[in-house]
Amino acid sequence: MAEETARLAGAASADRLGALAFTLSSSFPGVSSAAVERGELVVRADKDVLIPLMTLLRDDPQFRFEQMMDLCGVDFPARKNRFDVVYNLLSVSLNQRVRVIVTTDELTPVPSVHGLWPCATWWERECYDLFGVLFSGQPDLRRILTDIGFEGHPLRKDFPLTGYTEVRYDPERRQVVREPVSLTQDFRDFDFVSPWEGVLTLPGDEKAHELRQIMKKLS
Amino acid sequence: MTNAIEQAALDHALGEAAVPVSLLPEQAVEQAERRTVEIDSHALNFGPQHPSAHGVLRLVLEMEGEVVARAVPHIGLLHRGTEKLIEYKTYQKALPYFDRLDYVSPMCEEHAFALATEKLLGIEAPDRAKWIRVIFAEITRILNHILNLTAMGLDCGAVTPALWGYEEREKLLEFHEAASGARFHANYFRPGGVARDLPAGLEERIASWAKEFPSWIDDLESLLTENRIWKQRTVGIGVFTTEQALAWGFSGPCLRGSGVPWDLRRSQPYDNYDKVSFEIPVARHGDCYDRYLVRVAEMRESVKIIEQGLAQIKPGPIKVQDPKFSPPKRAEMKQSMEALIHHFKLFTEGYHVPPGATYTAVETPKGEFGVYLVADGSNRPYRCKIRPTGFSHLQAIDELSRRSMLADTVAIIGSLDLVFGEVDR
Repeated sequence: MAEETARLAGAASADRLGALAFTLSSSFPGVSSAAVERGELVVRADKDVLIPLMTLLRDDPQFRFEQMMDLCGVDFPARKNRFDVVYNLLSVSLNQRVRVIVTTDELTPVPSVHGLWPCATWWERECYDLFGVLFSGQPDLRRILTDIGFEGHPLRKDFPLTGYTEVRYDPERRQVVREPVSLTQDFRDFDFVSPWEGVLTLPGDEKAHELRQIMKKLS
Repeated sequence: MTNAIEQAALDHALGEAAVPVSLLPEQAVEQAERRTVEIDSHALNFGPQHPSAHGVLRLVLEMEGEVVARAVPHIGLLHRGTEKLIEYKTYQKALPYFDRLDYVSPMCEEHAFALATEKLLGIEAPDRAKWIRVIFAEITRILNHILNLTAMGLDCGAVTPALWGYEEREKLLEFHEAASGARFHANYFRPGGVARDLPAGLEERIASWAKEFPSWIDDLESLLTENRIWKQRTVGIGVFTTEQALAWGFSGPCLRGSGVPWDLRRSQPYDNYDKVSFEIPVARHGDCYDRYLVRVAEMRESVKIIEQGLAQIKPGPIKVQDPKFSPPKRAEMKQSMEALIHHFKLFTEGYHVPPGATYTAVETPKGEFGVYLVADGSNRPYRCKIRPTGFSHLQAIDELSRRSMLADTVAIIGSLDLVFGEVDR
């Protein structure tokens, strides 16, 4: 019985997500794409329309995303707009989720959604702290997770895993001091491209390698 | 007549001041003297070493006398950069970090990451592994709720529940140890199944424990539920309406305590939660007492789920039977060259996850715990965002504890079930 209802609910929601994706992509200007990826509704939008879009998603009876469960950044340094800002919304009344993605760079702020969901304040602070994404209209844009006096944004891809400075207590000076990181052993970062599957061509194997490349292109 | 009496009292008061001003009739006081007492609003540092702060919470309370005017939480004292570290590890090596997030319910956190990775890989754990995960997720839920409820009792002055609770937790931790080899940091749920099969006899031990445990819950309730002091400390304290709870991103018992019948195990079932029947306890008032009641009722439901799981679990494989994702048996490696190569490749290079992204959430004891996993086709996660449960709960503490007494803030923190390994990541 429980199994049956769960299965039916799942099937219905998959169909409905497709319909929602169609509604959003066809009727809302500023939404560049809306699709169901791996069973999850993903909406990519322009950051200028973020507030009207989010208001629609929260208040429209078709969507009713009452809760903002998560906000996070993703860094793609190669892109011009290097940051994705990802909003994960949840509707408890209609049992559906949506992921809204907008892009930005280091300098252009994203409009803050803390007026729609008050819990966005800390998530935006976290995103600012770890990525350096700016949020306009956010009254409390301070660091939240990193140490007092920390410099840089640690989750950016160009920030090294070891960081730049380390903190220790100096018993002679009787205070906490900040020093450049010194590692007793170099940080080990392995290259995992396998010689069996990767680009390496073994000597005497050039012809077979060429053939494989052609086959790959054809397929 | 009355005026004469008042006059007499006033004379008496002014003359000898033997009767305290507060005992005089109102009118008389006004005539006597009109004093404006200014109570300085001052800041109070609550934590990070305070035992009731449940970890390293530093709460700056702006007090007006005994009343909290504003509560400002400062977090990040336990920030270890877990998300950054995970980006530099293979998927398998990233898993143990999840035990160290919410260290009170380790296996449930692993569950989210295992499910997210499975979704991106397009694999599904075998049936026995799913049942083991369900059973151990519920054992973890009971572990978490025992600690939370008894610690909250301790904060409010009830010492006995904590003493009893630790004994019961020890039994459950023995199950953890028997299955995974570790009491806390289990590293047991893996993408594609679980690390190893349950040892012989463990199922029977869990079953016999599940028979006895409800009577322990009765004992706990006999100490707290109808206890006058407990009710005075929790009923009507930290009230959050349904609208507030939704807007502040609440989930789990805190959301259900505010009257929203929402449980991911029911509404978005994962693993074998669609094959068990259980109730979702919901309360209406949204105060600390209701959150307590919801957790107690949830423990009873968890026992039911464990019993149903034990009844339905069958022998079989406990991880995906694909050597690209799960390591071969030790004995096999002594015989087979392929098995040895697979083992070596798995533990050095790991598996490559096809490009894609997923937000996968599970119902941990504290609420919705999500993993937003972005894969770029390599053997390491490109980005692994962890959605901690306590983060949004803690954020609402200003709203929850405003205009309440200082001692009530302690009860509110207890009822939110915060663990800072998870909040700070």
